[in-house]
Amino acid sequence: MSTSQTTTTEHHPALAHQFDSMEQQQEASTFGMWVFLLTEIMMFGGLFTAYLIYRLKYYPAFVAGSTSISVSWGFANTLVLIASSFTMAMTVWAAQNGRRKTQVWLLLATMVLGAAFLGVKAKEYYDKWDECHIPGHVIGKGFNAWGGCSATNKSLGNIAEEIRDPKEHGNPNVTEVSAEQTAKQTEIFFSFYFAMTGLHAFHMVIGLGLLAWLLIRAKSGEFGPAYYTPIELGGLYWHFVDIVWIFLFPLLYLISRHQHGV
Amino acid sequence: MSTATAIVKPVMPEKHFLNDNYGIRSWLLTKDHKRIAILYLFSISFFFLLGGMFAVLIRLHLLTPNGELFEADTYNKLFTMHGVNMVFFFLIPSVPAVLGNFLVPIMVGTKDLAFPKINLLSWYLYIAGGTFSMAAMVSGGVDSGWTFYAPLSSGYLKTHVIMLAVGVIIAGFSSIFTGLNFIVTVHRMRAPGMTWGRLPLFIWSNYAASLIMILGTPVIAITLILLALERGFHIGIFDPKLGGDPVLFQHMFWFYSHPAVYIMILPGMGVISEIVPCFSRKRVFGYSFVAFSSVAIAVFGFVVWAHHMFVAGISVYSALVFSLLSYAVAIPSAVKVFNWTATMYKGSIEMSTPMLYAMGFIGLFTIGGLTGLFLAALGLDIHVHDTYFVIAHFHYVMVGGMVTAYLGGLHFWWPKITGRMYPEAPAKLAALITFIGFNLTFFPQFILGYLGMPRRYWAYPPEFQVLNVLSTAGASVLAVGFLLPALYFAWSLKYGEVAGDNPWQATGLEWETSSPPPTHNFHQIPIVTKDPYAYGEDAEVTVVN
Amino acid sequence: MAGQVDALYLFLVLITTFFSLLIAILILFFAIKYRRTPERQAQQIHGSTLLEIVWTVIPLGISMVIFVWGAVIYYHMERPPSNPLEIYGVGKQWMWKFQHPGGQREINTLHVPTGRDVKVTLISQDVIHSFFVPAFRVKQDVLPNRYVFTWFKATETGTYHLFCSQYCGTKHSGMVGQVVVMTPEDYATWLASGKAEGSLASLGEKAFQQYGCTTCHRPDSGARGPNLEGVYGRPVRLTDNRVVLADDNYIRESILEPNAKVVSGFQSIMPTFRGVVSEDEIIAITEYIKHLSPQQANPLNNRTSPEEIRDSEVPNIQQQNRQEKEQPAQQTPQGTRPANPSGKKP
Repeated sequence: MSTSQTTTTEHHPALAHQFDSMEQQQEASTFGMWVFLLTEIMMFGGLFTAYLIYRLKYYPAFVAGSTSISVSWGFANTLVLIASSFTMAMTVWAAQNGRRKTQVWLLLATMVLGAAFLGVKAKEYYDKWDECHIPGHVIGKGFNAWGGCSATNKSLGNIAEEIRDPKEHGNPNVTEVSAEQTAKQTEIFFSFYFAMTGLHAFHMVIGLGLLAWLLIRAKSGEFGPAYYTPIELGGLYWHFVDIVWIFLFPLLYLISRHQHGV
Repeated sequence: MSTATAIVKPVMPEKHFLNDNYGIRSWLLTKDHKRIAILYLFSISFFFLLGGMFAVLIRLHLLTPNGELFEADTYNKLFTMHGVNMVFFFLIPSVPAVLGNFLVPIMVGTKDLAFPKINLLSWYLYIAGGTFSMAAMVSGGVDSGWTFYAPLSSGYLKTHVIMLAVGVIIAGFSSIFTGLNFIVTVHRMRAPGMTWGRLPLFIWSNYAASLIMILGTPVIAITLILLALERGFHIGIFDPKLGGDPVLFQHMFWFYSHPAVYIMILPGMGVISEIVPCFSRKRVFGYSFVAFSSVAIAVFGFVVWAHHMFVAGISVYSALVFSLLSYAVAIPSAVKVFNWTATMYKGSIEMSTPMLYAMGFIGLFTIGGLTGLFLAALGLDIHVHDTYFVIAHFHYVMVGGMVTAYLGGLHFWWPKITGRMYPEAPAKLAALITFIGFNLTFFPQFILGYLGMPRRYWAYPPEFQVLNVLSTAGASVLAVGFLLPALYFAWSLKYGEVAGDNPWQATGLEWETSSPPPTHNFHQIPIVTKDPYAYGEDAEVTVVN
Repeated sequence: MAGQVDALYLFLVLITTFFSLLIAILILFFAIKYRRTPERQAQQIHGSTLLEIVWTVIPLGISMVIFVWGAVIYYHMERPPSNPLEIYGVGKQWMWKFQHPGGQREINTLHVPTGRDVKVTLISQDVIHSFFVPAFRVKQDVLPNRYVFTWFKATETGTYHLFCSQYCGTKHSGMVGQVVVMTPEDYATWLASGKAEGSLASLGEKAFQQYGCTTCHRPDSGARGPNLEGVYGRPVRLTDNRVVLADDNYIRESILEPNAKVVSGFQSIMPTFRGVVSEDEIIAITEYIKHLSPQQANPLNNRTSPEEIRDSEVPNIQQQNRQEKEQPAQQTPQGTRPANPSGKKP
């Protein structure tokens, strides 16, 4: 036996036809975003696993690589992203409380911080290009770990020198490395560096696009206590991208970082 | 069973999802899951035809042992394109994207999937991926094998590997979004009264397959991205000359590609779980066991990937663990086969075309699955790995299993989708021809494999010729068996008997709405009160117009 | 061994046939016996937990039998035989090159005697290949940059197919050959008749001198490289106190990446020979170094953990201790490398 469900006579203009109620729409949408983020975890996870395998295999070279990237800029970026997650969370709060102007400003702030992150990343990439640390020989001036090709920047070779003698620096796990070996293995470190930060940056760019779209809609007053699902979904995505960076930063910049790095 | 005594000739409903809106835009910009399913039906059939053409060329070439029909490079491209098209553009999407898209919302009792626009995006991603694959084909073809092993693919081949890999990556995202949609729909959009324990087993199977889709597919995406980066920028990730590890590629590749085969077979098993009870007029024997077996297969499927790598240079201890787990994953499939058989016991059986396909599935999948046990046995796998034995095994489960189930499902739900019956006699003939052609094609390959003929061989020692000729002969029969349905399905659209809401007198919410269904699936959302497969004298299948 | 593989195969064929026929017969039987007639009413049966348990446990039991059987065969196949005839093989696109210990070389053909364990150590020069001899039921993927091995004992004379069974590009199916199994007498004749350029070890000795290895690797106390006499198959202590086994892979790595595992007591000054020495030459040099070891069985070979090894048993430590008595610690540009104190426990 089938009976019909009573349909409400009025429904919110944002209610999609496949859903019965705003509540169902909001629950389904956020659940869907969580599932999507799970797939992203699997993708980044595959990449991180490969990175960790090589880190164990080529430990000294990866130490040299980690030491040669700027922990100051990386830390700055971390702060920038955490701040942007804060402004994003506040945006959701503002939407929940119907504050249109606040939403718009906070979204703008999030976007500015996101753009700042990308700007710093661009500077870091430029530095790597300048130092001839871009792997492969297709982009840039070719990988050159030993001599480096920028007079002012420390080369991997110098770092390799410093970690050559394990007794002097108290690290019993580091065996001696020759310059040639450092070069090849560190090239792999930078392959992962660019793949991981590149994939992350790509997601940031998409995130900025999403925020821009949300900004336009927020400006027109679309979001309020009755309907703020898109902002919530945007928030989830943005927080995820932040969390990926929280993993990236220690994995790439911090672990086993040699004290005399830049 | 209908309680009416007079048989009323069914008529096509006035308005339904096919005639609701006309014009190309109403199809290409549709949000209706049923129309998207039809879009997929056409595109998947195209890629099946393409992959099938490559198969025909391969089998023709293998008629003679000395590689006389094609050059070696061409042959290598043929089996690569056959594998890529069949695996990524036919097998993975087929049942979920065609039958699943059509049926999942209706079976759970709702108006559409959770995210109709993302569903349409899925189809466009599939087309985009397919376009890259075709582009790779027309720009000379790729000869990496569908497995893209490094360092061959990343450092030695001269063909457009990256173009093909990009096509596969994009198609992978199509798969991820389909799975995501199914999961959210099943969790959040079931009709009132539709508890998890009342869901049709087709839903359970597609749900389990969707879990694999969302968890496994991203890994192949990142693996192929890394392969493409290595090839494009000459960095070392998998190439030992550049410091990389080729076995790492295999681990990452198979981490997805093994669960992928369960993405392929689980929805097919779901189809069988719908057909067998209907044509036995009996509830499924051991419903909960079948339901949980689907989930068990999905879970176990993730921990057996290195059984593709027993001779690849992994440690003995690794190999022991993966062999043991591979036997574990076989058990839930066996449980399903026994349950289907028990469903037929003391039933009232009609040998309709869908039932013929279902019975074929049960027999052929059993053989295919059992030959998997040969491959899981370490000492034996050393001998048969990378031989025609493996090819025979996976064609038995994929073609004898999956494609058979897909065809059975198409025949079972054709009346629901189109409102028309297909002609029964040609359909039964096609089923029989397919069954005979299939066995003739692939059974000799078990023997070829054990005798030692390796895979992917352009030329082979002459003593293998007889079996190869037998196999090609079977393939010509099989081709006929596959082409016939295309013909009579097309015929039925105009001349087929009008089906009515429930020509099979089956249970399930899809049979409670018109054939074809209205755009919003139901005129009134049903409230579910009965168990699934409530066949038998106490059950009533009411037909609501 | 091949016989055991066939026995397992036969068992599996029987299981497959039995269960396939069982299921096929059952469904056909049910389809006929319970075919639809106007009077027939299907009997609604929910299920039977007992039956579910039975048909879960029995297949599981059979699977475990198959697993153990397969595992035992595999384990036996993966352990290298003691005292085998050692053959070296290099796979490259698209051919096999084999070297016998006596220096005889073959391309795409491998002559072996009956009744003797034959161990084939393999490496690839480019992509992944696979060494497959169906008649012997052996197969092993051949990887670049890493030695792998397989072994067999041929029992009947004859000529058998050798296939490459890992797709490796254009002429993958052309990378085929033969294993020619001969009686030991015929094999000896074949060995003698071949155009051998000297034994493999003597070829290795020539390469060892040609590339200047003797400059540093000498038995005298002032040598800048470790003495290689007696090192093959022995444990070696490295500068970071790790102990590794001096096997084929270690020797190859030491030639190509000399500073990856530097022997304790020595500096990392050995240059790399990558791009200079070919795989064939590495194999020959390894064979030569093997010949520098005494032939008797070494009890050290059976030790599994480095902690079991005392300093006095590790050859290079003995040499280093000798060195210390004669010279003070060497000054290096990077700083002082203190010598290992003698008598230190591992």
